[in-house]
Amino acid sequence: MRIAVIDHGAGNLVSIVAALERLGIDPVVAAAPDALEATDAVILPGVGATGTAMARLNERGLDRALAAWPGPMLGICVGLQLLFDTSDEDGGSCLGVIPGTVRELAGRPLPHMGWNDVHHRGDPLFDGIPSGEPFYFVHSYAPVPEDPAVIIATSAHGGRFTAAVRSGNRIGVQFHPERSGTAGLRLLSNFVRACRQATHAA
Amino acid sequence: MLRKRIIPCLDVADGRVVKGVRFVDLTDEGDPIELASRYVAEGADEICFLDITASHEARGTLLELVHRTAAVLTVPFTVGGGVGSVADMRAVLRAGADKVAVNTAAVRRPRLLVECAAAFGRQCVVLAVDARSDGAGSWEVYTHGGRRATGIDAIDWCAAGAALGAGEILLTSMDRDGTKDGYDIDLLARVRAAVDIPVIASGGAGDADHMVEALVAGGADAVLAASIFHRSEHAISEVKATLASAGLPVRVPSLVVAP
Repeated sequence: MRIAVIDHGAGNLVSIVAALERLGIDPVVAAAPDALEATDAVILPGVGATGTAMARLNERGLDRALAAWPGPMLGICVGLQLLFDTSDEDGGSCLGVIPGTVRELAGRPLPHMGWNDVHHRGDPLFDGIPSGEPFYFVHSYAPVPEDPAVIIATSAHGGRFTAAVRSGNRIGVQFHPERSGTAGLRLLSNFVRACRQATHAA
Repeated sequence: MLRKRIIPCLDVADGRVVKGVRFVDLTDEGDPIELASRYVAEGADEICFLDITASHEARGTLLELVHRTAAVLTVPFTVGGGVGSVADMRAVLRAGADKVAVNTAAVRRPRLLVECAAAFGRQCVVLAVDARSDGAGSWEVYTHGGRRATGIDAIDWCAAGAALGAGEILLTSMDRDGTKDGYDIDLLARVRAAVDIPVIASGGAGDADHMVEALVAGGADAVLAASIFHRSEHAISEVKATLASAGLPVRVPSLVVAP
């Protein structure tokens, strides 16, 4: 099982790499498109601003490579937001693999920071995790998908917002599973397990 | 509902956790990684790690220690101490921090907040403010680990910092630090009213009732404490039980089994 963690230059990769190592995965940190040719799954992490992250991906030619990547993909926080068409944060365009836009949350204080309930609809990503379980969030923006059917979980901060999406094998979570205790590790292990099954089936 | 956060703080000097009273008389409180792991197991919602020697001795943050500590944690982690530039902040984030606190360098050059927020997003920029009361309803900002007065009004500085790019304020009352007399509620309430970013109360925690006060009367989003946790005077679970009985939303231990 090979998993590439995309390095877009801004964020903390230690926590996601350490979480995957706990699950017995030795991930490859990828900063160039060729790394995608030899991997079974991709994780697009975490910390940063969307404009800066997109600029880095563009510089490295990773934007087109990621948009064309056919395998399982998990976007985390900013990585989730990058999957959509555009973001209000920096006004720029994102990867555009899931139709929709990224908008500022209505709640205050902002950023929405801390542990908040995640209500899910039984997607396999949440196997073994009760609906309402708290996960750690740190963000000011969240995606508004064009097709509400891709929303697999929500949370609330001044109104409900999208906490997780699935479009085929492209998945994204607005919270940080790598920083959400045992529930977060469980979610990552559910993703890894689904990737393993997809790899074996192929 | 968003939970109120309990944040144990590890002040680190020369690779050891230390604690003082009103920023002086430091005593050794243990190994940072051991303590951080214990707090996570006990239910800490977040960990804060301040390299308190970094600024005045002009040393860089202890990146190696940050890296090793971050790898064992399953909750978020803020690091501060000696962060003076975007490059410093990048190094700390890449060492494994989720958020980075800036203090002295931001006072010296407020544009640092703009630059850090542009590079990494405001959600990981924490403005640490050390404030001392003048006894007449105002508070002054101190820098260099509480060693240097600035003449800057603390409420104004918090508002300016939030406007420039800080995503959170870590507000320490120097008057209460290490005293266990309770947080400075007036200071908290004033800052709460001046900004709409999260505020972490720091300085003065002696028991769980002080934390309830800071969260309710002070309007804080999170409470930070050091000595009462290091010395096992108050377990995090016990603190959370008190908060819950006061009607505050807290995170209880997860029933989800680790994979």
